[in-house]
Amino acid sequence: MIRRHPNLILGAGLTGLLCLAALVSLVWTPYAYDAMAIAERMQGPSATHWLGTDQFGRDIATRLMVGARNSITVGVVAVGIGLLAGGALGILAAACGGWIDEIVARCADVVFAFPAIVSAILITAVFGPGAVNAIIAIGFFNIPVFARVARGAALQEWGMEYSRAGLAIGKSRFGVSRDHVLPNIAAVLVVQATIQFAVAILAEAALAYLGLGTQPPAPSWGRMLFDAQTLMAIDPKLAILPGLAIALAVLGLNLLGDGLRDILDPRLRVAPIG
Amino acid sequence: MLAFLARRSLVLLATLFAASLAIFLVLEVLPGDPALLILGLEARDDTLAALRSQMGLDRPAPERYLAWIGGLLAGSSGISHTYSVPVFELIGARLAVTVPLAAIALVLSTVLAVPLGMLAATRRGRMGDYGVMGFSQVGMAIPNFWFAILSILLFAVTLRWFPASGFPGWQAGAGAALWALVLPAFSLALPEAAILARVTRASVLETLGADYVRTARAKGLGERRILWGHVLRNALIPMTTILGLQFAFLVAGSIVVEAVFALPGLGRLIFQAVSQRDLVVVRDVVLLLVAVVVVVNFAVDIAYAMIDPRARRAA
Repeated sequence: MIRRHPNLILGAGLTGLLCLAALVSLVWTPYAYDAMAIAERMQGPSATHWLGTDQFGRDIATRLMVGARNSITVGVVAVGIGLLAGGALGILAAACGGWIDEIVARCADVVFAFPAIVSAILITAVFGPGAVNAIIAIGFFNIPVFARVARGAALQEWGMEYSRAGLAIGKSRFGVSRDHVLPNIAAVLVVQATIQFAVAILAEAALAYLGLGTQPPAPSWGRMLFDAQTLMAIDPKLAILPGLAIALAVLGLNLLGDGLRDILDPRLRVAPIG
Repeated sequence: MLAFLARRSLVLLATLFAASLAIFLVLEVLPGDPALLILGLEARDDTLAALRSQMGLDRPAPERYLAWIGGLLAGSSGISHTYSVPVFELIGARLAVTVPLAAIALVLSTVLAVPLGMLAATRRGRMGDYGVMGFSQVGMAIPNFWFAILSILLFAVTLRWFPASGFPGWQAGAGAALWALVLPAFSLALPEAAILARVTRASVLETLGADYVRTARAKGLGERRILWGHVLRNALIPMTTILGLQFAFLVAGSIVVEAVFALPGLGRLIFQAVSQRDLVVVRDVVLLLVAVVVVVNFAVDIAYAMIDPRARRAA
């Protein structure tokens, strides 16, 4: 298993670690994430503070754990919005065809024309900065991604004999979509969701870095990097640890997505190594 | 071909129109009164009303939309209220930072990624392949602003080779200006190079299996001739698409990187304009960024159709 699917195993391991850190942080963290202790500020790793403390003497391990929870929340909700709305639109477009299909495709084109970070800045400008609005912004530009993927995959399914047979025995287009199209394109959507999860974590970190996402004192990996920038000459770990957390989370999710694709949908397989 | 060109042009115009409408509507619901923001909370009601009418804020929305688009088409822009200069002038000055930055990043990522991708494809399943694919995975996972921060820490703070932030301006000499763009360009280029290396590897692998490559081998051509003459030239087609799209994303991606390095580029401009409610600037810059994406897409489609007649029918 490990030899055949190294991506999947490594990806699942890293993603599992991320989820574990987030779950544990719900019931237990070494310290409170906002507990300041100025006397103990910018300490190195020790038995009492595993990863040291930040400029306010807050425990970095704690803040990274709560930050993981923050990233996962953003990822789950943003991808959920995209998957539900986009998936439904894509399946609808494929099932109806004609002008509905055309409208969905053209709307997706228009949303795609906006670089993701630009629309996120616009949306947070309208609704104000904050974690919830960052989630809405990221979820919004996930919708056309899933709509396109779902539509493309669903159109293929409509070309299959069992879909036509379903129509022939009197099922409605909705019925065929539910019974034949959806189960068959689920794998593609799951793979895309994993990749978009990674994209969402990166986007949230960027927004938080720009001051448009999660607001202090709530910990967010992106915001921790922003705070570290003025202090990193004195204490480099402040700039290294949160970035490492982002990179490992994204790496894990991307590897997991690649691994899942290899197993679930061999047609889309990236030319494998070896 | 003409029919295809006409149809694509129509879609281009329609997309731009829809995007401009979307921008206008989003800014309509944006909370905050620009006139009040300029004059301050103590402003007298009649001065406020005078400024509102001077800025055209008292006219109905459709009229303001038409005035905006009409102005753009006639080649004139509004006046930024924070900088008190025409928006086009402002954008022009900022493009002098962002376009070179994105262009250098594009060149860097290509120079880095194409040889790596070819190496991986020709050494498939061996150490080189594993190395390149590993680099690609790591490169895609590292946020460009974190890479930017780390490069400041190493090359600016510790080694003092490059400036940590800011831009001296082109009037300080091309050398100094380019020097300030090196670290930002690398930060922008890394994730793009990671993606491009994967695309290069995949498309070279696909071409390596083509019949004409077998024919070339059968003719007795050297591996090097085959690789550079036959494989790379054919593999370039999908790669150009990615490159075209990447330029658009590099321009947008520079928003965050410009924030890290405090570069006075387009990204900084839109970011600051949004927080200062300088909506005249916001709408023009956003529309410009959208236009870049749409026009590049259009150009790629046209280039495709010129190379490959099948693409004309598919579209």
